[in-house]
Amino acid sequence: MSVIKTENLTYTYSIGTPFEKTAVDNVNLEIEEGALVGIIGHTGSGKSTLIQHFNGLVKPTSGKIYVEGQDIWAKETKLRDIRFKVGLVFQYPEYQIFEETVYKDIAFGPKNMGLPDEEIDRRIKETAELVGLHKENLYKSPFELSGGQKRRVAIAGVMAMEPKVLILDEPTAGLDPKGRDKILGQIKEYHQQKKTTVLLVSHSMEDVAKFADKILVMNKAKLFCYDDTPTVFKRADELANMGLAVPQITRVFNRLKQSGIDIRTDVYTTEFARKTILEYLEKRGGERA
Amino acid sequence: MQEKIITAQNVEFHYDNEYEENAPVKQVLKGVSLDIEKGSFTAILGHNGSGKSTIAKHFNAILLPCGGKVYVEGIDTADEEKLFDIRQHVGMVFQNPDNQIVATIVEEDVAFALENLGVNPDEMRERVDDALKSVGMYEYREHSPHQLSGGQKQRVAIAGIIAMRPDCIVLDEPTAMLDPKGRREVLKTIRRLNRDYGITIVLITHYMDEAAQADRIVVMDGGTIIMDDVPKEVFSNVETMKKIGLDVPQVTELMYLMGEAGLPSDTHIIDENECVEALLKLLK
Amino acid sequence: MLKDITIGQYFPGNSVIHRLDPRFKIIITGVFIAMLFTADNFMGLGIGMIFLLVSFLLSQIPFKLMLKSLKPIIPIIIFTSILNLFFLDGVVLFKLGFIKVTYEGLRTSAFMIIRIVALIMGSSLLTYTTSPITLTDAIERLLSPLKKLKFPVHELAMMMTIALRFIPTLIEETDKIMSAQKARGADMESGSLLQRAKALTPILIPLFVSAFRRAEELALAMECRCYQGGDGRTRLRQLHSTGADFFALGISIVFFDIVILLNCLLG
Repeated sequence: MSVIKTENLTYTYSIGTPFEKTAVDNVNLEIEEGALVGIIGHTGSGKSTLIQHFNGLVKPTSGKIYVEGQDIWAKETKLRDIRFKVGLVFQYPEYQIFEETVYKDIAFGPKNMGLPDEEIDRRIKETAELVGLHKENLYKSPFELSGGQKRRVAIAGVMAMEPKVLILDEPTAGLDPKGRDKILGQIKEYHQQKKTTVLLVSHSMEDVAKFADKILVMNKAKLFCYDDTPTVFKRADELANMGLAVPQITRVFNRLKQSGIDIRTDVYTTEFARKTILEYLEKRGGERA
Repeated sequence: MQEKIITAQNVEFHYDNEYEENAPVKQVLKGVSLDIEKGSFTAILGHNGSGKSTIAKHFNAILLPCGGKVYVEGIDTADEEKLFDIRQHVGMVFQNPDNQIVATIVEEDVAFALENLGVNPDEMRERVDDALKSVGMYEYREHSPHQLSGGQKQRVAIAGIIAMRPDCIVLDEPTAMLDPKGRREVLKTIRRLNRDYGITIVLITHYMDEAAQADRIVVMDGGTIIMDDVPKEVFSNVETMKKIGLDVPQVTELMYLMGEAGLPSDTHIIDENECVEALLKLLK
Repeated sequence: MLKDITIGQYFPGNSVIHRLDPRFKIIITGVFIAMLFTADNFMGLGIGMIFLLVSFLLSQIPFKLMLKSLKPIIPIIIFTSILNLFFLDGVVLFKLGFIKVTYEGLRTSAFMIIRIVALIMGSSLLTYTTSPITLTDAIERLLSPLKKLKFPVHELAMMMTIALRFIPTLIEETDKIMSAQKARGADMESGSLLQRAKALTPILIPLFVSAFRRAEELALAMECRCYQGGDGRTRLRQLHSTGADFFALGISIVFFDIVILLNCLLG
């Protein structure tokens, strides 16, 4: 069952002015429950606008959007409920923290949902652990924490709503390699534990490659493709033409192929690259023998 | 022997704990010694908390050492009287593109430093135009800042420093908040300023693909320098880099993994071309 | 959406009025206001209106915009006219029950309405044809003699400039924070006034925290560019007054004199 579905989804802003621009152009999409999706696209490709349609923050100019089969813009639908189902973590989420303690800030979402206190307490403790926050930090002021910790508080705040779909817009923005690996690791664990759908918008194809099962590519407001990771990487040169930075290792293998080596090019992690080389050498060795 | 523009001697630094009188202080810099040569392009690489930003802030007297000394063009940074001299020799560009732009029009912001220094309007005009041209933002001189992209804003910030005609520019994680296009723009600008205008560049970063473009990489961890060499040598120490939480180029990592599997490999390979060559030799 | 709000709406153009030196424009607006409040007969007010209308025509600002500037003050106009129309004593013109309209009431009412309308339209003309930053510059230069009296002219102008620079940025940030809190179920539309005020906390606190951080970073960046207050500062943009500016000022003074003259003749 698709958890998010769009039909001819289009969004144009500043209609009628000289600044009119279509940010999302006729997107038809079905995202299955439990998928771990990486969303990539050049700046201005429409990916940020697209994800804001999924939780009803932006209303489409035309077309429809269904969450768990429900038309979110139908009269009967309460948008607030949709926002509890589809949790969206914005870029640099640490800048939206406002409560006196970490505990209270994470509680904001669940409180708005009208949950009982014990339930809220359980969720806070669970998500704090998921994102790697120590229990002592729960009762501190969030403003005493480091940038990376604050970000995890913000992510926990959305996870605590136990949404069916968790969308994160560039969760690794501004983090150093260690911080980046940590957060991606925690998100992957969350996905494995909770089996919810996770969408991750990223500029780094390396991150997306390591981490996502499926990749959604936006290009100039249009949906370019939505496929599993290896399939998408087979089209690496098309991605490069769109201005996306294909992983270094993928470029290397593409060039090897161009130079006449009969080797696969859907290689995007170093471990897989080594494996591919070893296999190639074995095969060649076998043929020679 | 190249002239040294910045010299750090055994710099020690800790922040005073404002809340508790006798709380143990966290030593951020534990005896850092470093020379920056005129005209060079140095990258200071390290994870967050390694002390890289802290040492950078000593280079134009934003911070003063608790122990040791820092000299800029022979001037002791602790000399209060010479503060403006120091800041005209060493300019600083920060991480947040928005929080460096003070005027409502691009060219006025670029002129800000010159206005502060009382430069006369005609000379100002010339220097502002030159600075904007050197970063490729001359056509945007009458735009307002919020119409610009992140990369463009950073280039305006750089122009604002260039207008002062500094010998050296220190950039503290200038691309951390930018998208890939913005990062490329800023790196291109920095390289051009170093190559064509001879400006000394000190780039603080945690992106190894940026550090790889420098002549020299200084790797910091836990408040000390643990490596100081050309990119090839630094990245070939794959294990050390990974241990301290830093990346190496994918091709270098591949070489390392191949070495582990007993295949012929050279971890001094840090760029795509060399890797393709090496693999072609191996696979043909 | 919040981005559509602009303070002191400015419409770029190349008309005669746009090109006048902003210092002169401010002074001329002052003279115009003086005209409005000195005149004590309708002829005098009429002269002021002529001055205003000619200026508007020269500025090439569309008539629609001219009227738009009056929209916010319509309640004030109605309120004032009602007060004066029905509650001023004097020669009664007609009666309806206990509501009476006097000649004095009618006259005062009309007088005040014309004054308010002219005042608002005149100020709008100034802001329509002069960008906020140019106005700030002009005010700084006009007030600079006050520096001798230790009045913080430069500091005020710097504050205004930075405020103007950050307004669009802060509006964008407010938008983002609102979206982020809405995404966590914040409800800012429903509920009593008190509830809605409380719902602003998740927006205001992050904004304030961010504003302080910005201020700190900006101050550091300014210091790195040798900022040291207003002493010894030169400016990139110079204001040059031309013959046209003096001419315009002269015309406004002539009109003002006519108003005074009319006061004496008809008074």
